[in-house]
Amino acid sequence: MAFDLDHSLAEQPTDGHRRVGFFTDTSICIGCKACEVACKEWNDVPEDGLDFTGMSYDNTVGLSADTWRHVAFIEQRRPLGHQEPGVGEMDFRWLMASDVCKHCTHAACLDVCPTGSLFRTEYGTVVVQEDVCNGCGYCVPACPFGVIGKRETTGVAAKCTMCYDRLPAGEQPACAKTCPTDSIQFGDLDELRERADRRLAQVREAGMTSARLYGHDPDDGVGGTGAFFLLLDEPEVYGLPPDPVVTTKDLPSMWRHVGVAAVALLAGVAAAAWGRTGSGTTGPRGRIR
Amino acid sequence: MDFAWPLLRQLTGKDRTARGEAAKSAKTAALRARTETADRVVKSVCPYCAVGCGQNVYVRDEKVIQIEGDPDSPISRGRLCPKGAASLQLTTGPGRRHKALYRPPGGADWEEIDLDRAMDMVADRIIATRRETWEWEKDGLRTARTMGIASLGGATLDNEENYLIKKLLTALGVVQIENQARVCHSSSVVGLGSSFGRGGATTFMQDLQHSDCVVIQGSNFAEAHPVGFQWVMEAKARGAVIIHVDPRFTRTSALADVHVPIRPGSDVAFVGGLINYVLDNELYFREYVLNYTNAATILREDYRDTEDLDGVFSGFDPDSREYDTTSWQYVGMEAVAASGRREQHYEERTEQERTGHEPPGRAEMHGSAGAPMDGTPERDETLRHPRCVLQVLRRHFARYTPEMVERTCGVPRHLFEEVCRRLTENSGPDKTAEFVYAVGWTQHSDGSQFIRSACILQLLLGNIGRPGGGIQALRGHASIQGSSDIPTLFNLLPGYLPMPYAHEHEGLRDFLQADAPPKGFWANMPAYMISLLKAWWGDAAQPDNDFRFGWLPRLTGSHSTYDTVLEQLNGVCKGYFLLGENPAVGSANAKMQRLGMAQLDWLVVRDFTLIESATWWKDGPEIETGELRTADIGTEVFFFPAACHTEKCGSFTNTNRWLQWRHQAVEPEGDARSDLWFMYHMGRIIREKLAGSTDPMDEPVLNLTWDYPVSGPTAEPSAEAVLAEINGVDAHGRPLSGYHELKSDGSTRCGCWIYSGVYADGVNQAARRKPHTEQDWIAAEWAWAWPANRRILYNRASARPDGSPWSERKRLVWWDEQAGRWTGHDVPDFEADKSPGYRPPPEARGAEALSGVDPFIMQADGKGWLFAPAGVVDGPLPTHYEPQDSPVPNPFHGHQRNPARKVYEHEHNRYQPSGNEPGSNVYPYVVTTYRLTEHFTAGGMSRFTPYLSELQPEMFCEVSPELAAERGLVHGDWATIVTARNAIEARVMVTDRIPSLHLNGRVLHQIGLPFHFGPNGMATGDAANELASISLDPNSHIQEVKAMAADIRPGRRPRGPALPELVRSYQRRAGVTAGTGTEA
Repeated sequence: MAFDLDHSLAEQPTDGHRRVGFFTDTSICIGCKACEVACKEWNDVPEDGLDFTGMSYDNTVGLSADTWRHVAFIEQRRPLGHQEPGVGEMDFRWLMASDVCKHCTHAACLDVCPTGSLFRTEYGTVVVQEDVCNGCGYCVPACPFGVIGKRETTGVAAKCTMCYDRLPAGEQPACAKTCPTDSIQFGDLDELRERADRRLAQVREAGMTSARLYGHDPDDGVGGTGAFFLLLDEPEVYGLPPDPVVTTKDLPSMWRHVGVAAVALLAGVAAAAWGRTGSGTTGPRGRIR
Repeated sequence: MDFAWPLLRQLTGKDRTARGEAAKSAKTAALRARTETADRVVKSVCPYCAVGCGQNVYVRDEKVIQIEGDPDSPISRGRLCPKGAASLQLTTGPGRRHKALYRPPGGADWEEIDLDRAMDMVADRIIATRRETWEWEKDGLRTARTMGIASLGGATLDNEENYLIKKLLTALGVVQIENQARVCHSSSVVGLGSSFGRGGATTFMQDLQHSDCVVIQGSNFAEAHPVGFQWVMEAKARGAVIIHVDPRFTRTSALADVHVPIRPGSDVAFVGGLINYVLDNELYFREYVLNYTNAATILREDYRDTEDLDGVFSGFDPDSREYDTTSWQYVGMEAVAASGRREQHYEERTEQERTGHEPPGRAEMHGSAGAPMDGTPERDETLRHPRCVLQVLRRHFARYTPEMVERTCGVPRHLFEEVCRRLTENSGPDKTAEFVYAVGWTQHSDGSQFIRSACILQLLLGNIGRPGGGIQALRGHASIQGSSDIPTLFNLLPGYLPMPYAHEHEGLRDFLQADAPPKGFWANMPAYMISLLKAWWGDAAQPDNDFRFGWLPRLTGSHSTYDTVLEQLNGVCKGYFLLGENPAVGSANAKMQRLGMAQLDWLVVRDFTLIESATWWKDGPEIETGELRTADIGTEVFFFPAACHTEKCGSFTNTNRWLQWRHQAVEPEGDARSDLWFMYHMGRIIREKLAGSTDPMDEPVLNLTWDYPVSGPTAEPSAEAVLAEINGVDAHGRPLSGYHELKSDGSTRCGCWIYSGVYADGVNQAARRKPHTEQDWIAAEWAWAWPANRRILYNRASARPDGSPWSERKRLVWWDEQAGRWTGHDVPDFEADKSPGYRPPPEARGAEALSGVDPFIMQADGKGWLFAPAGVVDGPLPTHYEPQDSPVPNPFHGHQRNPARKVYEHEHNRYQPSGNEPGSNVYPYVVTTYRLTEHFTAGGMSRFTPYLSELQPEMFCEVSPELAAERGLVHGDWATIVTARNAIEARVMVTDRIPSLHLNGRVLHQIGLPFHFGPNGMATGDAANELASISLDPNSHIQEVKAMAADIRPGRRPRGPALPELVRSYQRRAGVTAGTGTEA
């Protein structure tokens, strides 16, 4: 069992809001990168380097503090359903997929954040508060997807907020709004999951048998994600971990072991001190949990 | 306290773990969307491509704080592509300049200059250059013009701005007025206009959703027009087949059902193959073809086909390289030289003079009406007559077999046959297929014929004028359609009225007699022309002075932008305006563009930033190679920062032919001004300086109607007043409701007859914005479409000859017998009360001469033209020719290249040996150039924008693994690409997406080059257009940049003088001489 203190918050957001999310249907992504730009415009995310990578049409490389949506381009000598690729005698397909923070049900970044900068919103999303973050960076290695990063210029952590500031206004996140083909869909997570199931059936029927949903399963290692995907190949192909596990999964048992060790230590100290004068201990500092 | 409060919340509230509400900071809790805090939301339109996506501009404290898609727009439904999404950064970001700059002759750097002073200096230079170069006559014929001044740009500007540019410069006697429409879509105007009667797309993008089969060829739809592509995805979701025919597997192909690789420049052979398949298998839509096209029309006996004459049609003169089109005529009906080629002494003209050659550029007159003709054609309703068009078509395309398609295009037979099957299965009474193309078709030395081929095929399949059918010409600038309609083009006046020629049109009467044919809607041309003259010269234009027709400067040949470059090099053209165009990167043979500018006395650049065309004198490639020295360049350069789309109001005409009004959001900062402001005030200053002049050359400009109201801190002229002038007024000054109200007696004024109605009832119809959720897909109350708000052109053809729909599934417009009117979803593109049973009496004239079954109402015979007896100067039917520079010998006939194409002999514009000519193998690979989603044309609106630059930061070339192996190219390293013009370097991208082609056993490798890059800005690299030659389509004067031949080698290009030496060494190896590749 994962460290599931977030569970109730993620599944039953407060203030009468339902949990919202992204369903990114990569089967209709045209790789235009409007999501990357619209995100940057809305959130004032700085430019992230002007390097030609040679990675197909991907010069953004991956998600980071300065890239909150990232479109991957994958050229493969494999067929895409019944598509006739016409590039000689071989099979070929060009996959494109817009990646984003997963807004996990069990969010390790949030677990490890010592300041309360990362928090679970009333929409069930996970958001960094720049004004609270102290730049410790614990969240960076904690994320099983490598989403979050520390911005060089400000020294604090930054990632997708699912446009937290737009939601109260009834606006969808900038990326979803701009997406020319509706590859990025925003909405009530339960509804999106149902829509995704229907779409998956359609896509498979069209011959794309390797299609699958990624992140929609509440029983996966992160308790399902608030941003999930319809992929046309293995997650690794897109640079996604095949079986992500919340990195704080073992935290409860670690704490139990710490407790046992502490008891043992105390017992030892007590035994050693038996008959001598007593001494005190201190607990861990920080947020009360 | 900051710490205590969350803690308190944690301890007292529900969020005991402090991961939610309790952790929220005061700042977070106070967050509000800035769209919520805006003072106002201003309705606008994206300034990039011609999809015309709606934008909401959010303003707070007189600053634009956010730009997003407008969810109400029926075109875009709130979506924007990366460029549209970056328009906040484009308009408010660090890339823009706000200060006027001046570079004196020989100067090493810019100097800041006061805006008023710069305006004054430019006005002085216009006046001086005009005086110095004024030409009353040429070869004894009145020209009344200056060849000393030229202008380029307009497709990124508003219709109102284009109108003032054309009006002022024409009154100043300038004829060399051009814009991006020349280099992008002029071939569309010829191809579509001559086939159907109007030069615009026959349909609108949203109607793609009703298509059963979408063939995208010559267009990278998903990449170049991403938001428009949503309608292809809609069609696909509804079960349509998506076919992409393209040299490369692109982001469009990735979403298509079928990608067909094709050799660049071989599309006529491919579409010709489809035509042959349709005819050979009797798959054409017989009832449609018989009634709505000229299939039954009988041609003259002396017509000879390319199949008879090894690649030329009858009438070709190898010396002039022009066709006499007499033998292409119908029996019984002849083309009145649309050109107005008639001489002054009407009765004296000979048969040949009457119907002979069309003057340069005149074919584009068909942008709003087909070629004028007189008489009644002979027809054979059985379609069996050996000289009827259908039979001529059969013979012409008989050799376009699947084998020839494979051999010419490199398309495997099974793929070609799949396209044949899918296309024909999805055409007919119950189904429709649509073709979509863009500059992959237009930019060839026979580009107009590429479009003609699709017109023929779609007519045969019965797909024109019907929902889900048609031909969509995807245009690439916000108002490139508008800048053709209100043309900043040398050969046209507003509404596709022809510019007069010196040797033909001395008087208005001759001009109108020549160009106003007795049949069809062009018969009303006198009303259109006289209303235009009245709009320009007001009370000074009177019947007794020919409505000042004589004040129009006269043409003497081609004055296209490429001809202007040569005039600059020859020292004839001395002053140049660049209005939102960057020819140093974006025009073919970029080096010649810069060398031409280096010969100018003065250059005015109006743009957002310091594009390459503004800075070539200090950091251009020729400075580096030593071919130019800054200190030796005498050109004065003025840089005026331009206002952006949120800083001015005006209308763009998108690729749907829809005029969409943008409201002004904020005032421009610093010296930034609209082009409306620039032209209006430049005209004002010039008129003030010339006031009192008695010199006859100044009469046209001094008498120009030029009294637009101004307002605001910058004295911005009223764009709406200009729109009202474009719309036109009656004798009482009341706005006209449409062009049917125009009169030829001088009582009406109208700046552009096809736009008449856009200001009907004094209401700006282009500003209408009824949300798409409140109307059907036609969206008749969103914006305004020309002509007469019709959305699908020729929609009479959506009904049977008897007026009933071809099928329930495809009903659009039909005849309501009881009401005695045409009705339906769209505005009928037909006289509303003309019954299907109407047949014209023999003496009928004008529109009355068209019958109730003639859907192509702008054509003289009312028919769609399978065969073009007039209007296309290089042949009545498309024929496969090789590109100007091609490693492949023409498989069809002895004429390698289009014999009528335009070539320019110049030391910097050398052509290459082709086909089997010796030296051809020095340039063995095929090059094609293209757009990327992330950038915009020559980069002025994307390479200076960080969010776009980071997405595609550097010039690259795409090559196949086979070519990489053959030439030792390494992925990610550098390569140098060489033609007879120049050499460039690019990063190497090895990819399966650019397959090698197999032609008749020969393997041909391709090189793909995006054309956006240049040395300035954030995303940089050599410009692909350095490699291109100036070789033009003879109809449209468009350059061939979609297919060339080149060599590629590993490593970076040489620096300094070694670069031109490399180019020369290739020329020597290939045996290139002045005459190479110039033969007919």
